[in-house]
Amino acid sequence: MPVNETLSQYSDWSYTTAVAVYVLAMVFFLVEQSFGRKGKQAAARTRSRELVGAGAPATTETTPPAGAPPARPERTRADRMGNMGVALTVLGALLHLLSLVLRGLATDRVPWGNMYEYIAIICFVTVVTWLVVLRKSPVRHLSAFVLLPVVMLMFIGGTWLYAIAAPLQPALQSYWLVIHVSAAAVGSGIFLIPGVASLLYLVKARNETNPAKFARFGPKLPGLEVLDRIAYRTTVFAFPVFTFGVLCGAVWAEAAWGRFWGWDPKETVAFIAWVIYAAYLHSRATAGWRGNRAAVINVIGFAATVFNLFFVNLVTVGLHSYA
Amino acid sequence: MTDTLTPEREQYRPTRIRKVLAFLRNTWRGLTSMRTALVLLFLLALAALPGALLPQRDLNEPKVREYITQHGWWGQLLDRLQFFDVYASVWFSAIYLLLMVSLVGCLAPRSVDYIRSMRAKPVLTPRNLSRMPHHTRAELDADPDEVLAAATKRLRGWRKVEREEKNGARSISAERGYLRETGNLFFHFGMLGVIITFALGAMYSYEGQVIVFADGSDASEFCNSGIYAYDSFNPGLRVDGTQLTPFCFRVNDFKATYADSGQPIAYESNLEYQSGDDLADNTWRPYHLEVNEPLRTDGDRVYLLDHGFAPEFTVTFPDGSTRTHSIQWRPVDNTTGLSEGATKFETPGITDPVERRENQLAVTGLFAPTAMLQGKVLTSAGPQLTDPAVAVDVMRGDLGVDSGRGQSIFEIDQSMVDSGRLERVARENLEVGQQLRLDDGTTVRFDGVNQWVSLQVSHDPTQVWVLGFAVAMFAGLGGSLFIKRRRVWVRVTPAQGADDQRLTVVEVGGLARTDQAGYGEEFAKIADDLLSGDRKAR
Ligand code: HEM
Repeated sequence: MPVNETLSQYSDWSYTTAVAVYVLAMVFFLVEQSFGRKGKQAAARTRSRELVGAGAPATTETTPPAGAPPARPERTRADRMGNMGVALTVLGALLHLLSLVLRGLATDRVPWGNMYEYIAIICFVTVVTWLVVLRKSPVRHLSAFVLLPVVMLMFIGGTWLYAIAAPLQPALQSYWLVIHVSAAAVGSGIFLIPGVASLLYLVKARNETNPAKFARFGPKLPGLEVLDRIAYRTTVFAFPVFTFGVLCGAVWAEAAWGRFWGWDPKETVAFIAWVIYAAYLHSRATAGWRGNRAAVINVIGFAATVFNLFFVNLVTVGLHSYA
Repeated sequence: MTDTLTPEREQYRPTRIRKVLAFLRNTWRGLTSMRTALVLLFLLALAALPGALLPQRDLNEPKVREYITQHGWWGQLLDRLQFFDVYASVWFSAIYLLLMVSLVGCLAPRSVDYIRSMRAKPVLTPRNLSRMPHHTRAELDADPDEVLAAATKRLRGWRKVEREEKNGARSISAERGYLRETGNLFFHFGMLGVIITFALGAMYSYEGQVIVFADGSDASEFCNSGIYAYDSFNPGLRVDGTQLTPFCFRVNDFKATYADSGQPIAYESNLEYQSGDDLADNTWRPYHLEVNEPLRTDGDRVYLLDHGFAPEFTVTFPDGSTRTHSIQWRPVDNTTGLSEGATKFETPGITDPVERRENQLAVTGLFAPTAMLQGKVLTSAGPQLTDPAVAVDVMRGDLGVDSGRGQSIFEIDQSMVDSGRLERVARENLEVGQQLRLDDGTTVRFDGVNQWVSLQVSHDPTQVWVLGFAVAMFAGLGGSLFIKRRRVWVRVTPAQGADDQRLTVVEVGGLARTDQAGYGEEFAKIADDLLSGDRKAR
C-alpha cells in the first residue's frame, strides 16, 4: 500500500489553511469579545433565563420570562464580527475535515496513526463540539478561548510532531485502532470544552466575589450557571465515550501486549483522568461541592488530559509511544 | 443519632466495650461514606502517578538500577519506599484494599434502599402543586373520570397510583426513570467486581518470555513445562510454577515485511502447537501468528513480541574438529536491525580444566542485515535481510563462564578482558561464507544467519471476569448518566362554572429528582397533551 504523495500534500495544505482560518476567526471573536456590548447583554440575558429555569416556583418554562430582551436582533458591528467568526470557524472545520479525509485516503487507513494525526483529530472534535454548544448557549463571544488551545495544539502538532504520511506499523494494524483511538480522541477532544468553561467559571466566580478582580473581563463572561451547564453537559457526554475508549484500550492491550492492564504510563494517566472526571460528576451531586469546587476538579481533569496527550507521549517511554 | 440524648439512654454508662463499639461503628461509617470512597479513589490515582513518572521494576529493571545509581540517597530512599514497584507496594495495596471495603460498605445499604424503592408506590401528590418547579393549570369542560382516564393513558410506561383526596379531588402520582438507579447500582457493583477480579488476577496470573529460533529446528521448540523453560518469568503472588498449563509449540518461520522506507509493515510467523489431548496423541496444529493475533490455547496466550538475528559461525580447530554455534544477538538499532552479541566456543579435546579455560573462544561484534561499509566500519542500511555481514572481534582465553558469576548471553565478561585473561586475537569483517584464520591455524567461518523470535506466554484466569464486570459498569454508566428520574402529578377537582356548567380543574405538576436540565420540554409536552382537551376559553 504505497502512500499517495499528492493527496498527502493536499492534506498538509488543507491543515495549514485550517489553522490560518482558525486564527483569523479568533481575531474576529476577540474583537467581538473586547468591543462588543453583546457579551454583557448575553450575560445578563442568560442570567435572567437561568433564574427561571433553575426552578423559581410557580412558573413553567413555557411562559417567557419577564424582562426578556426584545426579539429584534440588533446587528451591531461586534455582532457581525461574531457571526463572521462563526462562519470562519465552520470554514476552518471543513478544511480541517478535508485534511483528515485526504490523509486517510493518501495512506489508505484511518487518519489517526501517529501523534500529529491524533492531535488533528482531537482538535477537530473540539471545534465541532464547540459549534454544537454555540447552537444551544449564547456564548459565541467566548469562542476565542476555545480556539486558542486548538490553534496552539495544531501548531505544535503541525511543526514539532509532524509526521509524513506513512503506513501503520504492525502493532497498530488492528481494527481496535479504529475503535479505541477514535473513542479516546473524541473523549479527549470534548473534554477540552468543559476545561475551558470551568476555567472561565473560576474567573467569573472570582470576579463576582470581588469585582476588582478581572474587572474588565469578568463582566463580559456569561453567568456562572451557563458556564457550569456547558461544563456539565459536555463532561457527561464525554465521560462515557472516554470510558469506552479506555475499555477498548484494555481489550486491545490484551490482544497486542499480552495483558489488558499493565500500568503503562498512558494507561496510568488515563486511569487518573478517569477518576478525576468521576469525582467531578460526584461533586455535582454532592451538596457543598457544586460550583467552585466542581469547576476546580474539572480543570484538574483538563490538566490530566493535556498531560496525557503531551508528557506521556513525548517524554515517558511506554508501549504507547507512537513513533 | 439524636436519641442518644434522651434521658433513658443517659442511664447507660459508657463502658469500655461500648466505647470500642462506638469507635468501630464510627470508623465503619466514615470508611463507607461516599466521600471516603472518592477520596480513596483519588488517593489511588495519586499513588498510581509515580508509576507513570518513575521507571518500574517489572517494566524495565535496568532503568531502575540506572536511576538509583544516578540519584544516590534519593534513589535509595525511593527504592526503600517501594517507588519502583508502585503497583505491588504496601501503600498502593492498602489503598486498594480500603477502597474495596469502602465500596462494599457503601453499596450494601444502597442496594437495600434500592429494593425498597423499587417496591414503593410513587409519593403522595403534594398539596400545593404550584410550588413545584413545573406547573400548569387549566379548567376543562370534561368529567374528572374522563380526564383521569386520559391522563392514565397518556402516562403509559410511568409507574403511577391514583388516590382519592379530600374535597372530592382525585390525583394521579406518577414517576419514571427507575432504571437510573438500576444503572447506577450496575455501575458501582461493576466497579467493585473489576477491583476484586483485578486483584485476583494479580495473584493467579503469570507471564513468561522466551526466545526461540524460527526455523522449525529443536531450538525452535518450547514446552510450557516449568519456569526453567523461560528466559524470564513473572509469576503472580500465588503462582509457584508447578502447575503451568501444559502445551508445546514449534516456530517454523518468521517473516518481516518492510516498506521501501524501511518501515516495518508486518511481522508474521507460522507455528505449530499442541495442547490438551493433542499432547497425548502428538498432533500438531498450525497457527499463523501475527502481532495483535495471539495464539489462544487452553486458557493461555502466546504473543509475538520481537524478532532478531542469530549469526551462525563454524570454528575449525587446528586438529580438524569443528564446532558450529548460533545464538541470538540482540538488536541495538531497531530501525536498521543492527545487532550485537557474543557467540562462545569451547575448544574440543582438552581435558585439563586450566588449559581448557585458556583456550575458550568468543566471536563478538556487530551483525548487519543489510551491510553498509563506511571505510572499515560496518553499519546497517536497513532491517531487511538482504546482504548480511558481521564485524567481529575474536577473543581467546578465559571467558569466565566457570567463575560462578552469571553471565549475559549477549556479552563477554569485560573484567576478564581487563585482567588480561581474555585477549583479542582477530578483528575482521565477514560476509556469508567468508572466514578468518587465527595465529594457531583455527578458522572462524560466518555461515549465515538464523532468525529468532521473542514470544510471550500469558496466563490470566480472571480476565474474562474483569471484562464482564467492566462491561456491566459501562452499561450501568449509560443508564446512570442519561436516564432522568422524574415525577408528574395530575390533580383533578370538580368545579362549578357559570350557568351551572360542570367543570374540572386540572393541575399538573412536575419535578425532576436529578438534574433539572431537559425535563422542562418533556413536562411541557405532557401538560399540553393533558390540558389540550376542550379547554374552556377564559
Ligand atoms: C463508595 C461510595 C459511593 C457512593 C455511595 C456513590 C454514590 C453515587 C450516587 C448516589 C450516584 C448518583 C448520582 C446522581 O444520581 O447524580 C453516583 C454516580 C456515579 N458514581 Fe458513585 N458512589 C460511590 C463511589 C464511587 C466511586 C469510587 C466511583 C469511581 C469512579 C464512582 C463513580 C460514579 C460515577 C461515574 C457516577 C455517575 C455520575 C452521575 O450519575 O452523576 N462512585 N454514585
